[in-house]
Amino acid sequence: MAHITFKGVGIKAISACVPPKIIYNKDLGYLIPEAEIEKVIHSIGIHQRRYTEAGVCSSDLCYQAALKLFDDNQIDPASIDGLIFISQTADYKVPTTSTILQHRLGISQACLSFDVNLACSGYVYGLSIAFSFASQMGVKRILLLVGETLSKIISQKDKATVPLFGDAGTATLIEKGDYPDSYFSLNSDGSGANIMEIPYGGARHPSCVKSFEETTDEDGNTISGENIHMIGMDVFNFGIRTVPSDINQLLAFCNKRTEDIGVMVYHQANRFMTNFFSKRLKLSPEKTPYSMDRFGNTSSASVPLTIVTEMFDSEKYTQRDCVVMSGFGAGLSWGTGILSLTNTSISELVEYK
Amino acid sequence: MEIKQFIADFAAQFDDTDPEEFKAETKFREIEEWSSLIALSVIAMTDEEYSVVLKGEDIRNAQTVQDLYLIVNSRIQIDKLNG
Repeated sequence: MAHITFKGVGIKAISACVPPKIIYNKDLGYLIPEAEIEKVIHSIGIHQRRYTEAGVCSSDLCYQAALKLFDDNQIDPASIDGLIFISQTADYKVPTTSTILQHRLGISQACLSFDVNLACSGYVYGLSIAFSFASQMGVKRILLLVGETLSKIISQKDKATVPLFGDAGTATLIEKGDYPDSYFSLNSDGSGANIMEIPYGGARHPSCVKSFEETTDEDGNTISGENIHMIGMDVFNFGIRTVPSDINQLLAFCNKRTEDIGVMVYHQANRFMTNFFSKRLKLSPEKTPYSMDRFGNTSSASVPLTIVTEMFDSEKYTQRDCVVMSGFGAGLSWGTGILSLTNTSISELVEYK
Repeated sequence: MEIKQFIADFAAQFDDTDPEEFKAETKFREIEEWSSLIALSVIAMTDEEYSVVLKGEDIRNAQTVQDLYLIVNSRIQIDKLNG
């Protein structure tokens, strides 16, 4: 297992942007029997989600989040040395979206930039990559843009995914400075690659007539080979086997105990799963902010989105010197980060215009 | 582990179904209240009560409550052998 310590780098600022269109889970009567809808909403803890309009991409949400971050913190785009874009819904297959964002944001050409293809573990991974670069001589600031528009790649006739997923884009500025140490644990298990996958549309199984054909499974879910396929029971099995133990091991690595956790920001998978983790970790509910009731599961964007929506108010979640972040999902890929957000400026959530 | 206790633990995952309805030979998928959410509760229950983490495949391959009991019981035995 990869355990990493960083010194002298930290998060200067975080912002997030969601599309204005609200989708209500109570309106899913076409998909789920009316009698069950309340039960599903109660169990997953997701009431509403946001969807982008056609033509609005993850990168567009990240772009507006980045503008907000620059504006709120008087950041000169010329001061950015690197831009990392993390998404599974990039603008194009070729080229990378990161260069398009570098140009749109007016960041200098002397800026390293690349895309990373990761799902729900993406923010924790992205922070570790950004912290690595910012630890090097010659790099002061990295802009980490993490966004997802899962509305574009799920089947609207699939009960396993529709009630969960929403769209969001975020921006995080990482820089060298007088920040406390931070710790990361990063993990992988490709034996579970098929638990969450889009089978077609890549080089392994290119898009073809068959890949767009819809089939209906025994649970009544209709889905094509171009949509996300998710085996919910195995995702849960994966989560309970890996997430609480990864958090505990990283706490032990940096000589902390569960009681030292100030804020626990889970990837907003669903409430059933995160409640299970909290119970296992014996973590009190006042330490675990949630945004999923209003925004659903936004994959890699869910951790920074939750920080923005729940911690913008500095009166809430005041013990910010030990913030634990946990991401887990497709890959399988999972990770934990432990860091301080004491010196982090958090912007108010913006709606996409 | 007693099958009686397992059946009671299994039945406790259902809100609306009378616990008396559950027998070893009950085909759980035929219970009206059975759903993917209850499947998740069963996975959580076996982890908490028996320290056995069921896979989706285990639940898909099982027909009756007894089938699940046997899977859980066999994993407990393996853990014991491994000390």
